Amino acid sequence: MEKRVTFGRWTIGILFAVPQLILIFTFFYWPAGQAVYWSLTLQQPWGGGNIWVGLDNFRSILANADYWNSITASMIFAGISTGLAMVIALVLAALTDRQLAGSWLYRVVLIWPYGIAAPALALAFRFILAPEAGFMAVVNKVWPGFWDPGLDGADAMASVIIAFSWKYVGYNFIFFLAALQAIPRSLIEAAAMDGSGVIRRFWDIQFPLITPTIFFLLVINITESFQDSFGIVDIMTAGGPANATNLMVYKIYSDGFKGLDYSGAAAQSIILMLLIIALTIVQFRFIERRVHYR
Amino acid sequence: MTIIKRGFAALAAGALSTALAVPAFAEPVKFDFWFGLSGDLARVVDTLCKNFNDSQKDYEVVCTSQGNYDATLQNTIAAFRAGKQPTVVQVYDVGTATMMLSGAYKPADKLMEENGYKIDYSDYFPGIARYYATSKGEMLSFPFNSSTALMYWNKDAFAKIGKTEAPKTWEDVGADLKALKDAGYDCPMAINISANESWQLMEQFSALHNQPIATKNNGYDGLDARLEVNKTKFVQYVTDLKKWYDAGLIKIKSKDLGQDMVQAFATGTCQVILTSVGDHGTVGRTQKEGMSWDVAELPVYAGTERKNSLVGGASLWVLSGKSDAEYKGAAAFLNFIHDPKTALFWSTNTGYIPVTKSGFDFMKSNGFYDKAPYKGREVAIASLTASEPTEITRGIRLGNFTQIRAEFGTQMQAIFANKVSVQEGLDALVKNGDAILERFQQTYPGKTLP
Repeated sequence: MEKRVTFGRWTIGILFAVPQLILIFTFFYWPAGQAVYWSLTLQQPWGGGNIWVGLDNFRSILANADYWNSITASMIFAGISTGLAMVIALVLAALTDRQLAGSWLYRVVLIWPYGIAAPALALAFRFILAPEAGFMAVVNKVWPGFWDPGLDGADAMASVIIAFSWKYVGYNFIFFLAALQAIPRSLIEAAAMDGSGVIRRFWDIQFPLITPTIFFLLVINITESFQDSFGIVDIMTAGGPANATNLMVYKIYSDGFKGLDYSGAAAQSIILMLLIIALTIVQFRFIERRVHYR
Repeated sequence: MTIIKRGFAALAAGALSTALAVPAFAEPVKFDFWFGLSGDLARVVDTLCKNFNDSQKDYEVVCTSQGNYDATLQNTIAAFRAGKQPTVVQVYDVGTATMMLSGAYKPADKLMEENGYKIDYSDYFPGIARYYATSKGEMLSFPFNSSTALMYWNKDAFAKIGKTEAPKTWEDVGADLKALKDAGYDCPMAINISANESWQLMEQFSALHNQPIATKNNGYDGLDARLEVNKTKFVQYVTDLKKWYDAGLIKIKSKDLGQDMVQAFATGTCQVILTSVGDHGTVGRTQKEGMSWDVAELPVYAGTERKNSLVGGASLWVLSGKSDAEYKGAAAFLNFIHDPKTALFWSTNTGYIPVTKSGFDFMKSNGFYDKAPYKGREVAIASLTASEPTEITRGIRLGNFTQIRAEFGTQMQAIFANKVSVQEGLDALVKNGDAILERFQQTYPGKTLP
């Protein structure tokens, strides 16, 4: 007779699952459900009452040109900052992995940026990129009017992208380095003995072997660029100039908390959630095919 | 069983004795006051609270800074929804309409009356009182920190172009800025065009020229008010500012760019700025050694009959749902703040102006305005009391005005970056602002402003 460890009654199993279920319900489903409810009503901020408006909130948001501008800005931000953060981190990790002189130092130092809180690093970059006082003031001396994030939307967008990428280079670097170091040395040494150069070894051996990590970081970076950009935007540009850096997550904050439009902000956060889910599905559906898991 | 019974008896006896003991020890009644000032100003508020606590034994106010005005309102709303609101809260000027419709407050005038304090409301400067009062004139909150916008000008620079007085009209300003530029000043005037500057550029300008910002007397007469700044004198003003900016007479200065306009003025980089009287102390403390400067009322266009400027700052609201004892404490606290001596303390340590005539007179009789660091601040009172407030210059009573200010910043930036023309930008401001007002109106169906 087969021996199996089972519970005599199904209720015991449920009992064991209850703590976890309560946690998930309290911290995820309940607030998310509340957000859905708010997005379908008009909430008075002081809790004096609300009116059911159905999908009106969504309709008015999607009919608003500013909101589409915000979506475009978020997409541009996500695309460029993810690309920058990943490529730079990959190059740095590949170099560190080659045991160049002083690589033990880079290994430690390059991780630090991720440990810095977004508002603090935004303050630092605000100073570095200030057209009149910081590093860019020197550039502006040579080419007057070259850099003006106060009025030029593209410059402002570049500032927040630089700050965000700088932070995530550190994060990506850790994963890339770990992945590179997990590749057996013998493979690379064998290739080297066959006469392939550094670049060739990278593209033919290392890159294909770390595609799972690249894919993982791609998903994380895109998701985070939609959510974690808030602190940087708030300190550096406050969404300006003329809404050029009014990313979706910042718009949710300013409409909801500054404007006390809780319902509109709830509807926007649901749209953002759906967008991130959709993007993640696309990535798994189309990009994961090219990933080689070992 | 008997043990339990005895236990209960002991408990009851204990409770009784504590109840009897309370009056003997007379712990002061504690109540919370949340405010939105930070840094130096927060320390002054803390001293003010300490002075109140030391002045009597019955009440103890616990003062907590929430960082800034926005956060104070947000946190108070969150606390109110959870039933843990403070008794007294500082709410900024433009939050007044939101507060009035919240149903979450106890009217200040009623509170004072119930607790036996007689406040002479006609003692408040009308420009200040009307901003916070209902359309019928009842005071729902107490004016606290108040300021108004002034023009700061560099006397040394103006002396170079042969002027000893500040320009009084915008026409003169244009000519003077040109002369300053020709005299070699790279930055004759500094402005900024973010949401914050809606106050001096749009709101104060409109009041001084008796121009409406919105229909329905700036919203005092109904929630169906809509913006109309795209067809008032304000259009001319923005056109001139833009023209001067293009000619290099005006520079944009903000913290993001490296130097805000107050710093730009204090260091002598820029010769004219428009900002709050609240910055008077900062300029005095941080100015370039030996620089000679002064403040003047904001200019108006030639041929304009000057009206009173608007008050800026915040007022103190007493929230509903607290105990009678806490309300007694709150009333005593508000009465303490109302005292002319507190006004002197408050204005000496901050750049804010007194809110009552008696406070102003008390400070004048103490020679406050004769001494060097404070001299010039009386111009703010002159500006606020330039005329009896009209239907339009009482203030602005529009819902979610914070978002309208943000929209102002957005459109001004678009205008100054040459993305849109002045008229297009202001039309967009009105269109988007109206959408915000409409949404506010829909959120409060069937409600009217008191």
